Formats: sequence, C-alpha cells, structure tokens
Amino acid sequence: MGGKFFTASKKGENFELKAELNSEYKDKRKDAVKRVIANMTVGKDVSSLFADVVKNMQTEDLELKKLVYLYLINYAKSQPELVILAVNTFVKDTDDINPLIRALAIRTMGCLRVDKIVDYLCEPLRKTLRDDNPYVRKTAAICVAKLYDLNPTLAVDNGFLATLQDMLSDSNPMVVANAVAALGEINESAGRNVFQVNTQTLGKLLGALNECTEWGQICILKSLAEYTPQDSREAESIVEKVLPRFQHANGSVVLAAVRVVMIYFNYVSNEEITKQMSRKLSPPLVTLLSAEPELSYVALRNINVILQKRDDIFNQDMRVFFCKFNDPPYVKLEKLEVIIRLCTEKNVDQVLSELKEYANEVDVDFVRKAVSAIGRVAIKVESATERCVNLLLELVRGNQSYVVQEAIIVIKDVCRKYPGRYEAIVPVLCQHGETLEEPDAKAALIWLVGEHAERIDNAAELLVGYMDTFKEEYPQVQLQLLTATVKLFLKKPAQGQEQVQKVLQLASQGSDNPDLRDRAYVYWRLLSTNPQAAKTVVLSEKPPIESNATVMSQSLLEELIQNIAFLSSVYHKPASTLGGSSSPVAVTKIKPFTDVAVEETLGGAPGPSVVKNEENLLDLDFEDDVPSTPGLGAGQSSMSKSAMTDLLDVLGTTSPSQPAAGVAQLGALAVFGTPAGVSKQVVLPAAVGKGLEISASVSRSGMVMQLTISNKGAQPIPDFAIQFNMNSYGLFPATALQVPTPLQPNQTADVSLQLIVNPQHIQVMNPPNLLQVAVKAGADVHYFNAFIEG
Amino acid sequence: MVASAVFILDLKGKVLISRNYRGDIPMAAIEKFMPLILAAEENEESLAPVMSTEDGTHFLYVKHNNVYLVAMTRKNSNASTIVLFLHKLIQVFIEYFKELEEESIRDNFVIIYELLDEMMDFGYPQTTEPNILKEYITQESHKLESQTRPPPAVTNAVSWRSEGIKYRKNEVFLDVVESVNLMVNANGNVLRSEILGAIKMKVYLTGMPELRLGLNDKVMFDGDGKSPATKGKSIEMEDVKFHQCVRLSRFDNDRTISFIPPDGEFELMSYRLSTQVKPLIWCEALIEQHPGSRIEYMLKAKAQFKRRSTANNVEIIVPVPEDADSPKFKCTAGTVSYAPEKNSMVWKIKQFQGGKEFLMRAHFGLPSVKSEDPDKRPPISIKYEIPYFTTSGIQVRYLKVVEKSGYQAFPWVRYITQNGDYHIRLPLPMDTNKLPEI
Repeated sequence: MGGKFFTASKKGENFELKAELNSEYKDKRKDAVKRVIANMTVGKDVSSLFADVVKNMQTEDLELKKLVYLYLINYAKSQPELVILAVNTFVKDTDDINPLIRALAIRTMGCLRVDKIVDYLCEPLRKTLRDDNPYVRKTAAICVAKLYDLNPTLAVDNGFLATLQDMLSDSNPMVVANAVAALGEINESAGRNVFQVNTQTLGKLLGALNECTEWGQICILKSLAEYTPQDSREAESIVEKVLPRFQHANGSVVLAAVRVVMIYFNYVSNEEITKQMSRKLSPPLVTLLSAEPELSYVALRNINVILQKRDDIFNQDMRVFFCKFNDPPYVKLEKLEVIIRLCTEKNVDQVLSELKEYANEVDVDFVRKAVSAIGRVAIKVESATERCVNLLLELVRGNQSYVVQEAIIVIKDVCRKYPGRYEAIVPVLCQHGETLEEPDAKAALIWLVGEHAERIDNAAELLVGYMDTFKEEYPQVQLQLLTATVKLFLKKPAQGQEQVQKVLQLASQGSDNPDLRDRAYVYWRLLSTNPQAAKTVVLSEKPPIESNATVMSQSLLEELIQNIAFLSSVYHKPASTLGGSSSPVAVTKIKPFTDVAVEETLGGAPGPSVVKNEENLLDLDFEDDVPSTPGLGAGQSSMSKSAMTDLLDVLGTTSPSQPAAGVAQLGALAVFGTPAGVSKQVVLPAAVGKGLEISASVSRSGMVMQLTISNKGAQPIPDFAIQFNMNSYGLFPATALQVPTPLQPNQTADVSLQLIVNPQHIQVMNPPNLLQVAVKAGADVHYFNAFIEG
Repeated sequence: MVASAVFILDLKGKVLISRNYRGDIPMAAIEKFMPLILAAEENEESLAPVMSTEDGTHFLYVKHNNVYLVAMTRKNSNASTIVLFLHKLIQVFIEYFKELEEESIRDNFVIIYELLDEMMDFGYPQTTEPNILKEYITQESHKLESQTRPPPAVTNAVSWRSEGIKYRKNEVFLDVVESVNLMVNANGNVLRSEILGAIKMKVYLTGMPELRLGLNDKVMFDGDGKSPATKGKSIEMEDVKFHQCVRLSRFDNDRTISFIPPDGEFELMSYRLSTQVKPLIWCEALIEQHPGSRIEYMLKAKAQFKRRSTANNVEIIVPVPEDADSPKFKCTAGTVSYAPEKNSMVWKIKQFQGGKEFLMRAHFGLPSVKSEDPDKRPPISIKYEIPYFTTSGIQVRYLKVVEKSGYQAFPWVRYITQNGDYHIRLPLPMDTNKLPEI
C-alpha cells in the first residue's frame, strides 16, 4: 500500500515535491506529503520543504493533518523560525469541535520543543486541561509534563501544577492516571517533591487503581510506592488494595505491585499481614517466568534482589528455576544465579545433578557459567564441597577445553576456601595443563602449583614448563609464575633455586611491564636481605573468600528494592550511576597490581567476585614509571656486577616517589589537624636501618602519620620515599614523604605525613591495626611494622 | 518515566521507522545499538534484552521475525513496562497487518506512525487495546473530519469495549486450554511439572453485558491449603491472572469472577498449578551407540490417562546425532520419519488411546570419523492434544450473562489439554549390544 511512496527517487526530488505540495489538487498534495514522510522515514533530508508542508496543515483530512504534524515534530527544531507559521493552526485546532483533533493538536504542540512557541502553548493548554472531553484532558495532563521539561518556571507560574493536582479528583480514571504520571515525572525532574500524596489524594488514587487502564495502574502504583504511610494501619490498608494487582495479566502491573509490597514491608508492623505479604509474593513472580522471555529476564534479575532481602519466599519452589532447553541464554544465566542463591544443604544434590546436566549443553557461555556455578556451590555449602570437587573432576576428564579451563579457575577458589583439603587433585589438573589457552585458567593452575608446592613432588617440573614461553605469556600468567616460583623456592629451596634466579631475571630485566618488574624487584630484595621476612610475607595466611551471594552491600540492596522493575534493579547498580552524565563505570580507577576483583559494577555480568588478592606481598609501586631509560640502562649495562648491585642501581638512580595521580587528587581530603597524645615508637632502629633511625606513630582519627627520621650514620642520605602495604583501614599516604634531602649525618627531621583512605587498599590484617611500611632511603629500602592507633 | 524513543530496525540495524517521544536523546544514538549486539555475539556472550552503552544510553529490545523493536532511554526507566509495551506494539501491528516484518512495515508506514503516536505519549503508554484502536485508527483515510472521534472507551473505566455493539445471535464460546510443562531428567525422574491453564473466550454479545463466571467448587484460588475439608480433591491454583476487564477487588473479596467482556476474542484468565500429576504421555528411551558405526534407539511410549480419553496428533520428536545417516525404523503404531533438518526423528501417532503402550525401534548409521563438535543433546519433546479433558479437573459451572435489554445468551464450552514445554532428557547412550536387529 505504501510501497510506492518509497520508490520514486530521481534527482531534484525535493524540487518536484515542492511543486506537488503546492498543487491545486487535494489528492496530489496528500500524496506529496506522504512521499515527504516516506523520505523522512528512510532518512533523507526533507527539511527544506518545511514551509510547503506546513501549508497543508489546514485540512479537513485527518490523516493528512496527522502526517503534517508528524513532519513538524521531526523538523521543528531544525527550522525554529518557520514553526511560527504553524502556531495559528495549532491554536485553532485546539478549539476544533472534534475532540480527537483538539487532543492531537495539544499533544503535538508539546512535542515541538522549540522555545519560540512555548509561550503560545500556555493558553491552549489551559483550555484543554479543562476540556469537557476526558480524552482531551488526559492528553493535556501529559502535556503539562512536557511543558515543565521545557520551561519549569512557565509551568509553575501558569498554575498548571495546581491544575494537575486538581485533576487527581477527575471523574475519569484515565485522566487521573495521566495526571499522576505527569506529577511523578515532574517530581523526578525537579528532584524534589513538587507533588506529595496526602490522605485525600491517597483515597482518590486507590479508587482510580481499580478503574484505569493497565498502564495507568502502573503509574498509580509507582506513586504509592513512593508514598510514606502515616502508620502501620494505613500501610496495611494500602497493601490490601494493592495485593489484588498480583492477579493482573499485565506483568508490569504485577511487578509494580511487587515493588509496593516489598517497600511496604518497612511500614507494616503487623506480623500476620507481613506473613501474608510474604506468602503471596512468590506465585506471581513464578508465573512471570512463563511470560515473554524479555519480561522474565527482568523478573529474574529482580527476583535475585528480592531473595537477598527475603530469602524465605521461594522455600519450596527451587525447581521452578530449572532451565528449560529452549529458554533463551540470557534467561538461563539468570536462572542459574537464582538457583545458586537458593542452594542449601537440603537441596544441594538436586542442584548439582542439574548443574551437571547444564555443563553438558552446547552453549559455551552457559556451560562455563554452569561449571563455575559448581565451584560456587562448593564455597557456599561446605558439606557438599567434596561432591562438587568430584563433579568438577569428572567434567575435567571430559577434556573439553573450555570446561577444563573454567573448572580450574573455580577449583582454585575452592582450594583457597578450604586450604589443605583438596590439594591431591592438583596433579590431576596438571595433566590438562596443555589444553589451557586462556590466561586466567593458566594463572589459576600456576597459583595452585605454587601454593601447594610442598605437596606436589614435581612442582618444579610443572613450573619449568612455562618458563620457556615466559615472555609470550599474558601479564597475569607472568605474575603468577613469578610468585609461584618464589613460593616454590621458599618451600623447597633445593628445587627452586635455579628457577627463582631465572624468573627474577626474566621478570625484572626482560619485561617492560612495570607491575611485573616491581614485583620481581620486591621479591629479589626480600629474598636477598631477609629470607625469613620473605617467608612471612609471601607465604602468609590469606584472607578468607566467600561466595559472591552475599556481596551486595545493605545500602545498595535497599536502593535496588526501591527500584524493582526499573533499570537500576535490572543492572543491579544504583540509579545514580545509570545516567550518561555521571561516569557509570569505575574502570579508570588506578589499580594497584594486586588483582582486587573489580566488583560487579563493571559489566553487570554476574560472576563469582571472589576477592582475589591472593598475593599478600607488599604491593609497592615506588615509581609509577620505574626505570624509565636511565634505570633500565643501568641494569643492562652492568652485566659484570652482581645482580644485586644492578638492583641497587636501578632503585638508586630513579627519582623520589610520586604519589599516584588519583591519590593526589584525593589528597585535599586530608585536612585534619595533628592529634595530640599519640606517642611515637621507634620502628626502625639505627642498627637495622644502616644508620637510619625512624620513630613513628599513626593516628587514624587524625589521618596522619608522624615520623621522626634521624640519620645516625656517617653518610648523607638522599631520596626518601614511603609506601604502605594494604591494611585493615585502607590507609594510604596522601602525599610524598617530605624530608630535607639529603639528610646529613646527625640531622633529624620531624615529618607529618597526611593519610587518606583508599578502599582498594583495604585488607584485613592480624592484628587489625598492623601497618606494614617500607621506606626508601637512598639506595636502601627498609621495612618495618607500625601500629595504627585510634 | 519510560521510553525516550522507539525504533524498528532491520537485522542489519538500519532504521525502518522511528518515533521520538521526548527529544532528550539525539536519534543518531541508535547507531550504537547494533555494535553492542555484534560485540556480544563476537565474544560468545549471551545477549541480554537490556543493554547500555558506556555513556549511559540504555536499549531495551525485542526481536520479532526480521526486525528489532528497540526502545531507548537515558534514565532509570521502568524496564518491565518498556519490554511489555514493545510486545504490545508487536501484538497491535499483527492485528493490523497480519504479519510484522520488514515488508509490512514499509507498506504501512503511515498507519504505523499514527499508531505510535496514539499508543505512547511522552514515553508513557496510552491506549494499547487493538480492538479500540481499530475503531478510530483505520486503514481507510477519513474524508470528513467529523466522522472519526475518540471512542468513549478510550477513556472510560471500561476501556476495552465500545458501546452500541449489536449481534443478531448472542453467543459466547469458552475454551478451557491446559498446557502441560514437563521436565524429566535422564533417569526418568520428573524434575518439575506444571500446568498452565487459560480460559479463552469468543464473545459475540449485544450492548454492555455483565458476565459472571462460575467454576466448580474444587477450584481453590488460594494456594494455602487452608480448608482441609476439601483437601485431596480440590485444585489449588498457585496463581491466577485475569484480563483487565475482571474486577480484581471483587474477586479478592468473594472470589466472584465478574466482568464486562471485550468484543470478540480474548483471554479471560490464566492460571498455574504445579501439583505433581502423572505425565500424560510417558516416554522411555534406550540408546546404544557404537561410535564410528551405528546408533540404535528403543522407545516406549505410554498414555497414562483414562481409557475413555484419546490423545490426538501425538508427535514424539527424538533428537539424533547430526551426522547420522541411513535410518531404519519399526514401530507398533503410527509412523516414523527422519527429519534431518531438525536432526531428529519424528514418531507420529494419530490417535493414542488412554492406557495404551507402543514401541518403536530405530537404527542409524554413523560415519567412521566423528566430527569434532560436541554433541548437542536436546531432550525428547512430545506434542499432543487431548480433547474433552483437563488435567486439573477445572470445570465451568455457569456463565451468567445479564444485559439490560434482557436477551438470552448461551455459552459453549470446550476443554482441551495439550503439551507445553514437554521435555524428557535423553539418557546417555550405552555401548552394550542388547537391542535386537530391526
């Protein structure tokens, strides 16, 4: 029917159209407008025809009128001068005897978004808001929101907001619903409560809830969710009116009602009622699983949130979340998440046999998640760990490469959670070492070998296999290989000696990755100065890991509950991070080289976010841009000297440490004064510090570290720098260490160092107030412990 | 706050038609949509129906035939409303043009613009009832402006039915349709079974009739099992959903289903039961695989319902390896055919009487070199229809029709039970040699 309008495409078409738009024949003009719209639809520029199209606006033909209006909506912004031509007709149309045209005119005027005509909008809007036809009134109600969006002052000054509030008493439910929608919209963009539900409006809203269309009900339920009831009884009576909405065929109405009920748990104190609310929640949510897959996805993401707040609502229903073969992948993945959340000691067998089934499907992404889920179950349900591990082994034997890789990654987590129980399987995994391609899987396997080196006879052999290709490996593999080799050496010095030399060499001199190089230097120095300290640092006990089922913070959870059915609750991110203006993703944060798993905020992709700081080493990054040229040059040129001297050279020739960029910005926060009453302790005696003596005190309340640094040696000491290891409070130097340099013999400097909290530096210490500090002074790095005080 | 703009795109991401509702996002932002889809495909990630760009534009979409319907927003919008609205668009377009695909969109762009204008305003869904839309947005153009007016139904409390409908013969047809979802694991244990029921109506009634539907006493709507007197025989509905015409508050008070119906066809209510019922059609499979040579199947199908009922058009679809060839079949009833395009064999039994049991044997050759790809192992799925029968036992007792003109109207009721997602997972093949030659 409309096909012909797309075809005629010759040159000078707009010229031709111009003539036809001004034709004396009605039909020809109409056809021309249709062609203009067709061209607009396929993205051709027809804005030059503005004046000619607008001429056709005054017509008896409703279809033609609609087309011209449509044209105006699309091009008003590009021809603001000419829109004025249309205003007269618009105003006239809002007086038409046909309500359809009155509504159409006011609806379209609101969509033009041109400043020039906003003033002309007010009079027609005032008229149509009081129209005796409800269709016109409901359209005008929305138009108030449009006007507010363009020019809030005008909307307020003309009393339109007050009119909207009056409309809540309109006899027509659809008008009430649109008035509620408009007021809600205005509240949102004003950022405050321009409109607040009170006892009277509440009654009207509840009344309209029964009568208006499904979409109107959603708007009303939204404002009910945002209302704060006066007492428990009022809350109960609202819930009573809302609960029947669970039976609505429109899934969005159901979710809007679920939102109200979830929020009202906070207001209802009658236990009888809350029990009833709880009991009624699950059936409609389960029914949504059979709805359109997109809706069921939204529902599942929300169920995941709801379960964290109320874990009792699906107590018998776990099996309804089992994946159907023909579910779309995105639904399967969400079901998997919910299954893990619902997994308990009682149903774990059922869950595992189901997960095994999924692990044998063909969709790679789903299979991986299923394998990973088995590991997460192991971490969550301790009594089933052995069954999980056996199942993982069984899957590994299938030798499907992506299954093996995923399994190894989770087994690493399982071994961390239950140290000393499942090391026996590491050799089995190593047999599949060759199928591993992905860096994460390789890194996991290497970690396993290093961590359990003392119990694996051929650990050295296993690691040596990777050494040849060291330079080609991904950074995370190189880092793990470095650490694992050091662990091996510390545990079995005889086996690891040669290897550790080699890997330190490779990592420090053969790599231009600063993370890798720094880590190698730190190990090197640790090993050469104090192997015992190296042992305590490298082989220290690791903080426990948990399944991510509990990771969401309470405040985020509360916010997501407030946002059920909304995008925020689909992404599991706070609403404030969704908009374009605030940067939603925290990728740009400076990352220390311990792999603190960036939380779910990143991709929204839910995965096991086990905190992966398995490297409990001092994460020193003295120089962000370590051996730029001079340092590296020194290292390479002096092959004759011992490696140790090289290292000293490297550290010695580089500039004093610069605070990391992100930290410098935050430094402004540390404006607190110096607290009294915290006395300094000698933390580094001169005998240990090669003549350097340091006393220090750290105050958390004052966010400051007081240092007294004395040079009791015979040589001046240049170039001071300080670094903290991760600690229980995430304390971190805000600025560089300001010491007069060089520090002459017998000179003493009192320094106060401002501190800031960097959440990425939080790691639980034992004792909790332990702070491990490294101070670089000249060519030496001194390590000492300080204790953080209140 | 809901959608800023709605687009219909072809599979390559080209805009076929679009409507800007709020003017707060440049329409060119849609160009970011397809790259998101492609990127996910490339990384073998699962595409979620809700996606966002790094700068915070969110896309919610539904794919239908060869088009994408996409809504765009930058705010924390109601995701459920948006996806349902997109589905509503599909439904309305299908009502208007039978088929929604690239071609029909091009052919009907004028009316699509009109519908988009009428169904959503400033991002808020408005009138989406196809019956009512059809009354004032029609495919014939209107010559006289006075002819078309918004039907009062658009804004009435009864927004789904217009006044002044007339029929010479007043009739109501009720279809009670139950679909059985079943999931059985490879060991033959039922993992879950649920019944999704629906009462579909075709209403040809004059005026504004008041209807009241009565179901048998066994039906209990509250899944709490409170009244022990009826326990055992009663049907506990876990969840019931009603068309928007049903007065929910009244139902909540006294369990009366009362309503003014829309004209023509609609679904009055749907319900869900997950009581364990014996699977109506049961199927067991035994598979022997000799890699590089052949694969043998032995299937047993059983109708586990009363003798007086019969299942019609039963199809048992059994997946076979992709590289299977030279099929041979034998069965005690029906016919078996190989459907290589679906990598399965289909056993059709026209009439399957209750209590009966049939056997089927199949043989396939396998190539001597096995392909590298892992075997897909989809489950056996079964299709069937059993007329005059409901698994739940639900029955329509009465349907009262009251209209002020006082005419008599008779309801016609039909019952049917059919398969829903009816899946039985395949057992692992054995390497024994017990199955006899065909």
